[in-house]
Formats: sequence, C-alpha cells, structure tokens
Amino acid sequence: MTQDEYHAALPGHADFELPVARAPKPLNGNRPGRRRALPAADGHAPAQIEASAPEPEPPPGPIDVWDQRVANGLAFLRRRLAGAYEVDDFGFDPELNDAVFQPMLKVLYRDWFRTEVFGIENVPDTGGGLVVGNHSGTLALDALMLTVALRDQHPSDRHLRLLGADLVFRLPVLSELARKAGATVACNPDAERLMSEGELVGVFPEGFKGIGKRFSERYKLQRFGRGGFVSAALRTGTPIVPVAIVGAEEIYPILADLKPLARLLGMPYFPVTPTFPWLGPLGLVPLPSKWLIEFCPPIPTAHLTEYADDPMVVYNLADEVRETIQATLHTLLEKRPDPFGL
Amino acid sequence: MVTGVSRFLGARVAARLAADPRVERVIGLDPLDPPPALAGLLADVELIQADARAASGAIAELGAEAVVHLAVTSAPDPHSGGRAAMKEQNVIGTMQLLAAAQGADRLRKLVVRSSTAAYGASFRDPAVFTEDTEPRAVPRGSFARDILDIEGYVRGFRRRRPEVAATVLRFAPFLSSTAETSLTRYFAQPVIPTVLGRDARLQFVHVDDALEILHRSVVEDHPGTFNVAGAGVLALSQAVRRAGRISLPLPEGTLSSVAALARNVGVGQIGLDQIDLFVHGRVVDTSRLVKEFGFSPRTTAAAFDDFIHGHRTGQALSADRLAAAERAILDGIRRVRAAATQDQEHASS
Repeated sequence: MTQDEYHAALPGHADFELPVARAPKPLNGNRPGRRRALPAADGHAPAQIEASAPEPEPPPGPIDVWDQRVANGLAFLRRRLAGAYEVDDFGFDPELNDAVFQPMLKVLYRDWFRTEVFGIENVPDTGGGLVVGNHSGTLALDALMLTVALRDQHPSDRHLRLLGADLVFRLPVLSELARKAGATVACNPDAERLMSEGELVGVFPEGFKGIGKRFSERYKLQRFGRGGFVSAALRTGTPIVPVAIVGAEEIYPILADLKPLARLLGMPYFPVTPTFPWLGPLGLVPLPSKWLIEFCPPIPTAHLTEYADDPMVVYNLADEVRETIQATLHTLLEKRPDPFGL
Repeated sequence: MVTGVSRFLGARVAARLAADPRVERVIGLDPLDPPPALAGLLADVELIQADARAASGAIAELGAEAVVHLAVTSAPDPHSGGRAAMKEQNVIGTMQLLAAAQGADRLRKLVVRSSTAAYGASFRDPAVFTEDTEPRAVPRGSFARDILDIEGYVRGFRRRRPEVAATVLRFAPFLSSTAETSLTRYFAQPVIPTVLGRDARLQFVHVDDALEILHRSVVEDHPGTFNVAGAGVLALSQAVRRAGRISLPLPEGTLSSVAALARNVGVGQIGLDQIDLFVHGRVVDTSRLVKEFGFSPRTTAAAFDDFIHGHRTGQALSADRLAAAERAILDGIRRVRAAATQDQEHASS
C-alpha cells in the first residue's frame, strides 16, 4: 500500500501535514546582523567617513573587516577630537548618539529588559509627532528605552527628542548628556519648535509624580499636569501617539519615600527600594523585568488648531490620551503574567 | 550721527556710512580720540569729541536724522575706569542720548546696539530664543544687566516717539579674523578654562555681517527688534577643539574665583557675563532678521572658521596634526598585522 492509497483509505484527519515552520520574526530587540548589515541602515555616517577620512589605498585581496573597523574607529576619534561634527540648535549630536549612547542603551534594552515592541506602525514615518507615555521606574529609564525602541525598530530609524524636567538641566554633566542625546527643557516654545521642524517629540506628562510613586501604585496613571503637551500639539497640528510602557515599574520598586531627606538634598523624592540604599551603588542596578512597549493609533489634531487655547478641548484631549494609555497598560499586563518572565 | 566711533565697530560703521552716497553727512561722537589705527578709517567722518551727555546739544544743533548708538561697552576696561565707567557709559550714556533724541524734531531713525545677553540666563530657558522671549531671571553679568536697562530705555523712547523708526539689534558675540573682543582673546589662549560638566551651545556673528546689518538698518527702514547671529550652533567643547586648543574644565565656583582673581591682577577678562554664557549657552532664532533684511549672516561655523584662520598660532591639536596622527596609527597597525599574518604563513608552510 502506497502512502497515497493509505491516505485515500483513511477519511479526514489523515490529510494532516506537519505545519511549515514560520519565518523567524524577531520581536525582542535587534539581533546582530539583522538590520545593520544593510548598507543604507547607517544613514549618513558612511558618506561622512568617505568624505573626510584620509583613506589610504584599499588593502589588496578580499576586504579586511577588521582593517575597516580600525580605520572607521580612528576616523571617528579624529572627527571628535577635531570638532568636525554637527550639533543642532538644541545641542543634539546625532553622531555621538549613534556611535556611543544607542549601542550602550541597546544592551540594556535587548539583553537585560528583553523589550518587545508593538504597534510601531502607529508612529508616523515622516513629519512631527508627539509621543506621550506613562512614566515610571524611579530613574527615567523608560524614556531612554523608548528612544532606543524608535531608533531601532522604526522603519525610518526615527530619533525621539525627549522633553525633560528642569531639574535635569540644572545638574552639570547630566544636562549636557541630555542635550547631546537630543533632549531639551519641557516648555512649550521648545516643544512647538521641534514639532514644527518635523521631529518626533517624547513627553511624559506625569513627570516626577509618575516615576516617584510607590510600588503599590504601579501601573496607575498619575495626574497629567495642565495638559501643556496637548496645547503644543494642537498649535502645531501634530498627531499625538499615546504609548504604554510595561516593565519599568518593577526595575526599582519604591517601598518608601524619605521626604525630609529628599527635601534636604533638593530632590523630588528619595526612594527606598529593596536594594537601594542598602547595597550602595549596587542598588542602582535595575531589576531585570520583562518590558513591553505598545504604540497606540495616533490621534490627529490638525483639525483642532484653533482650539489650542480652549481649556475644555485641551483637557478632554489630555483625558482621552490618559484613558488610552491606561487601557493599553491593562491589556499589556494581561499579556505578561510574570513581571520577570522571559 | 554715530556714537562710539573710537571703537572697532563704531569706526567701521561710520566709515561705511560715509562711503555710501545715500548718506549726506556722518558725524562721529565719542568722548575719546580715536586711536591711530582707526583714524585712517574716519577721514570722511566729522568727529565731535563729546560724551553722550553733551549729545543733546549736538543732535539738536546738527539736526541729525538718524542716530546709531554703538557706544556700548561689553567688558569693563581697567585702563579707563573699570566697571563704574562702563556703567556710566552704557546706562547713563544711553539714557541721556535717548533723552536728547526724544527732543530732536528732525530725527527719523534710531539704531541701538544690543546683545543676545538680553535674554538673561536661566535653567528653565527655552533652547532657542525668539525676539519675543522674556528673560526669566536677571543675569549676573554686568554687561547683561546694562543691556536690559538699555532696552528698557529704548522701550520708553518708542512709546514717546512712535513715529521714529527704532531698530534694536541683538547681536551674538562678534568674531572675525582681526576683531579683538574678550571672547576672541579667550579663544586665542592655548589652554582654555571651561566650566566642568557644562557644554554651552554658542552662536557667533561675523563682524562683516554685523556691519552690513547695521548699515542696512540706517539706510533702509527696519523698525523693530532683531536677533543677529549666524545660523547653526557650536558647542563650547567643539569650538575649543576646532580652534585646536585644549580645554581645562574647572568647577563653576573655582572658575569664577580664578577669573575674579585674574581680573584683579589685570590679566584675562572672563567676567560673570562669560561664565553665564558658558553655563547656559545662548541660541537665538534669526528668521525675523532674514525675512526683514533679506540678508542672512554667514553661519556660526563659518564665522568661527574665519576666526581660526586669523589665530593659527598656539594651536596644540590642529586638524592637520590629528589627521597625520590618525594615518600614522593606522599604518602602524597595518604593518604589525601584515607582519603577524606573514609569520603565520611561514609557520604553516
């Protein structure tokens, strides 16, 4: 009896075939060689290198990868030391960002937090956009991970320009790192200027209320301030993309907040976590929670430009954004039963 | 009529105006005789040696149609009275000049030199200032405080004489290959002290472009307040590297006291104005200027390049040397690796 005859004899289930293995679909970060292997993925960097590097004659035989790496590294060092790079009006340094900050953050993003991103197609490919997220995690790591997610996963490798609290810009070193990474002070003139220049702006309206809340309050959105971010978006007609970030709450769970000490040090809160301040600097290592980031469909605002100063419209829109994020947080939490699972 | 002709900018503006056939008569007003280096420029300019306090008589007698007020000092000069004299000239001088101008019936135009220091310095400042941005904190520097006073007097003048076209030009720091300001002296040092942990965003304007803007605001009509700066931004660290200098980061407090000590000894002119600038940085939006004047100053980077060309001496890390070092290291590594692979081949064969 041949295989076919056997199949014909048996009704129904014998038609069954082994399922074809699905094409691998990377969800978790950017595995090496996936996108950086493409020549265009590096954006403007190769052109600059060719333009300015004193390129000796190409080595004979097959292309020597290590030779090129060394040459590129040296050219990068020379450009940095000679000041031959561009900085925009806000102090953003794309070259430093792509060469130093992003690779460092990507280790955290991919290997430590095992971040998965959903709905990246909801972020516009070109033009301005206001990405509004929930804030949590004691230190604003969620903002940095959001930047990596957009730079890494978005089809057009978008830079996210964060709006930071004045406290960040008051501190030496930190303020300059923030500016070089593309952040600026959270104020309407800056937000509107960035959005009208077609940049993607990231804002966390909860501010310190969000990142400084207790662990028992996790995934409960705090008050959204005065909705200044909405009026900035309305004034420039920029779409608002709500984003829900799950995972940042567990990295430094705040058990208590030592208010008097915080006041003494001029900080908005002084967190006590299971590891901080007990373990000293070791307490600054974030717990390896599993992160999920979901971008929600954009809310268009172009038709509401004349209502930018109407407090009712602004408040309702801010509330809509808040509700969307809260609802998305709940669905994401259901997808992730174990905060520290894979 | 041009005030402050004994100084670099004033003399050049007066000379340019005198060379323009549209301008009948140029009168230079200054309490000091112009130094011999500038005297050649001022051949066609009628010079009156008087300070702004005596200007009331001069403006009325001469029936001046336009007053260009450039007698604004940006740093105290220890040789001519220090800070007291600077304040006297900047604030009292402007007040008296504007009082005189207010009474002059034939006056049609007033052009005042101001500075982007008018935006003050605060950590909550927006990254880019437009002409409508209000200063959020009173600056610490004496020059910046004078500028705020001067702009206050101009606002009063505008209210009282609305028919006079008043132009206020807020200039970014001047640079060129030849000009000497406290900032050019700063960047010409071989080792440049900077503020630790701060990397200010700076903008400059080339002196030639500043002259062009001043000239146009006198012969054309451009009432209003305008930012004058080169497009683009240089970070302070980047500027130091481009100039081929070495930066020496000091904590802000240390830098302030060292600078104060140096000023007292008479060397160096870093004041609180400069330290404010180096802590906060200052970037302005020039779109209003470009639209109104139809002229865009050369970019900040280009202005700075021109400055570097004039100050080649004292460079420790020039771009050429760095490129040479890069080539040398690369060649060295290639030689070592080539030798290593040859050894391997020998060993295997």
